[in-house]
Amino acid sequence: MASITLKGLKKSYGNAHVIKGVDITIEDGEFVVFVGPSGCGKSTLLRMIAGLEDITSGELNIAGRVVNDLPPKERGVAMVFQSYAIFPHMTVRENVAFGLTIAGDSKEVKDAKVAEAARILQMEHLLDRRPSQLSGGQRQRVAIGRAIVRKPEVFLFDEPLSNLDAALRMDMRMEIGKLHKALGATMIYVTHDQVEAMTLADKIVVLKDGLVQQIGSPMELYHRPANAFVAGFLGSPSMNFLDVEVKAVNGNKITVANSALEPVEIEAKTGSYSVGGKARLGIRPQYLTPAEGAGQLHGKVALTERLGAETVIEVTLSNGKPLIAALARDAIFPIGTEIGLTFTASEAHLFSE
Amino acid sequence: MASKFLKSNRTGWLMAGPAAALIGCFVILPFVFAIILSFTNQRLVSPNAAEFTGLANYRQLLGMATLTLDPVKDEAGVVKLAADGTPEYPAVRSFTRNNPDHPDLAGMREWFSFDHGDSRTFILARDVVFMQALLNTFIFVLVVAPLQGGLALGLALLINQRLRGINLFRAIYFMPVVVSIVVVSLLWRFIYDGQSGLLNNLLGAISFGAMPKVDWLGNPNTALGAIILMSVWQAVGFHMVIWLSGLQTISPTLYEAGAIEGASKWQTFRYITWPGLRNTAVLVLIVITMQAFALFAQIDVMTGGGPLDSTQTIVFQAVERGYGKQDISGGSTISVILFVIVLSISMIQRWLTRERT
Ligand SMILES: Nc1ncnc2c1ncn2[C@@H]1O[C@H](COP(=O)(O)OP(=O)(O)OP(=O)(O)O)[C@@H](O)[C@H]1O
Ligand SMILES: [Mg+2]
Repeated sequence: MASITLKGLKKSYGNAHVIKGVDITIEDGEFVVFVGPSGCGKSTLLRMIAGLEDITSGELNIAGRVVNDLPPKERGVAMVFQSYAIFPHMTVRENVAFGLTIAGDSKEVKDAKVAEAARILQMEHLLDRRPSQLSGGQRQRVAIGRAIVRKPEVFLFDEPLSNLDAALRMDMRMEIGKLHKALGATMIYVTHDQVEAMTLADKIVVLKDGLVQQIGSPMELYHRPANAFVAGFLGSPSMNFLDVEVKAVNGNKITVANSALEPVEIEAKTGSYSVGGKARLGIRPQYLTPAEGAGQLHGKVALTERLGAETVIEVTLSNGKPLIAALARDAIFPIGTEIGLTFTASEAHLFSE
Repeated sequence: MASKFLKSNRTGWLMAGPAAALIGCFVILPFVFAIILSFTNQRLVSPNAAEFTGLANYRQLLGMATLTLDPVKDEAGVVKLAADGTPEYPAVRSFTRNNPDHPDLAGMREWFSFDHGDSRTFILARDVVFMQALLNTFIFVLVVAPLQGGLALGLALLINQRLRGINLFRAIYFMPVVVSIVVVSLLWRFIYDGQSGLLNNLLGAISFGAMPKVDWLGNPNTALGAIILMSVWQAVGFHMVIWLSGLQTISPTLYEAGAIEGASKWQTFRYITWPGLRNTAVLVLIVITMQAFALFAQIDVMTGGGPLDSTQTIVFQAVERGYGKQDISGGSTISVILFVIVLSISMIQRWLTRERT
């Protein structure tokens, strides 16, 4: 059983505090994705779990053991690096078998396990090549092969797909998903691609500046973001935020408005509000629809991007602020058209300043 | 009409010109001269015109022969014993001087001999000193190349760590390289001094006077070893830096991958570091070999080839003959022989360490 718990984990490089106290519980067999903007400490956190970085303070527990001071090999983890880190002078076969060679396994054992891994990753035909004769996707497969061949209980991935092109990224993403189901191992996956996060994760951990912003299932985070940062980070195009003024407070029903927005009553899930105070109203572009009349929001179309399945328009509101709306199919709104937009109050999010 | 290659690269030729001219003047031209001179009897300063002598110089330097002799027996067929109880053999001199039966041995001298069965075989050389120089140089190369290369790699591994003040160590190890070899040799002459040398005093002190004083450079048994030790010490820092640059081209992620897979220190070296140093190793090996074959300054300053020719080397002989004895054609011949030796060894090394696919 390889559950993982991080308790008050901290990491500093001298005066630079990179991880500022992180608590996460990861169940056995769970697929957890760390997301966050560049430099937020995702890789550092993952490397602390792997044992490649020292833990400044806090407690790291893998499969019921405190492993703070254990070297990587005694933590029972395998890791796949963004840069693949496959050995250039070894064939694919030798690369995949590396962990077994280190452990001193016999040739028969190695051949059998490598063949098994190659079958799972569909790379039997590549086994005798050298890394220089492989494409990026194939190299990443080799790196994954090297990780799975030892059958570790925990897999760590640090942006494994970010060096691949879009189509390959999607293929590999699906394969990693399948691999997780097939192996049933605990996996921690670092990415800044929210599509990877949403599609792969059982649980997403959103990080910012070395602190956890929210932990939850993809849909929880999408529909009930704990703060404006999480709300803005997930979803594409990202959420619109309107600076609004609180007009009335009735329990957790808050009425807000601004010069471009008709007063609207929103059920606030977080934060505290007082009349006359400022707040931010978040509306996902997908939840905006063109209104018959003036609508709750109105402005002029500034830009149209037609993607086929949806049309993304940028509207300049009457108070001069931009707003993005993603409309169904290929609705046509020439630039400069006056447009009114509406949304359902229950689908909007209110965040206090 | 000039070819397109020459015309369209005018700027390139102009820029390469000075360097090319200098190399031509001071490397290629002397080299061509050396080859030409080695086939003549040119002297450094001589009123007589040089004559073409074919391979005579080479024959003179490399000429060797063997001579197997039976012990001298008296009329009864009993082996005559010399004063020290060993069998007596006819004098080699009687075969190599004015002996009409052995014109091919004329002028040769005994280099060394060995016994087998009842007889003794003498290895004769036309130029025993040059043979000794060849042998010494090969010993020097064979000891220095692995020793210096290995030590330099060890040092490079040691200083390739992120430690406070590691640059100080890098500087210290590199320092002897910056000091001229002539100065280093002079200093080490004091260290090796037979009476009050640092080495003798040090050995005396740690053995509480039990260690007898040795004249390290004056004793034929220790002179070459002493020079080897000093030479290794002097240039090890240079090769350390080359190894270090090789070490730093190895991606740190490879080491991290190794750590995750559980590689021990030795396995990390064996599977990650050493394969990553392949090209560096070839370079270091070839450079050390070439430098070792060129051994000269240490000999010139410290021993002058002695005692008893125990530290003669190829280059020292080339200089000694070409300038000391004014036999420029003989010196040139030695240079050409050295060139052929170094070239073949480098090619063999390259072939042995080639990338196998
Ligand atoms: N050795 C170090 N010394 C000082 N600061 C460091 C060191 N390594 C990383 N950092 C800092 O730690 C922070 C987190 O780095 P980390 O690599 O974990 O970011 P990340 O979330 O993985 O970003 P990315 O998405 O760009 O990979 C960064 O601000 C970085 O500058
Ligand atoms: Mg990172």
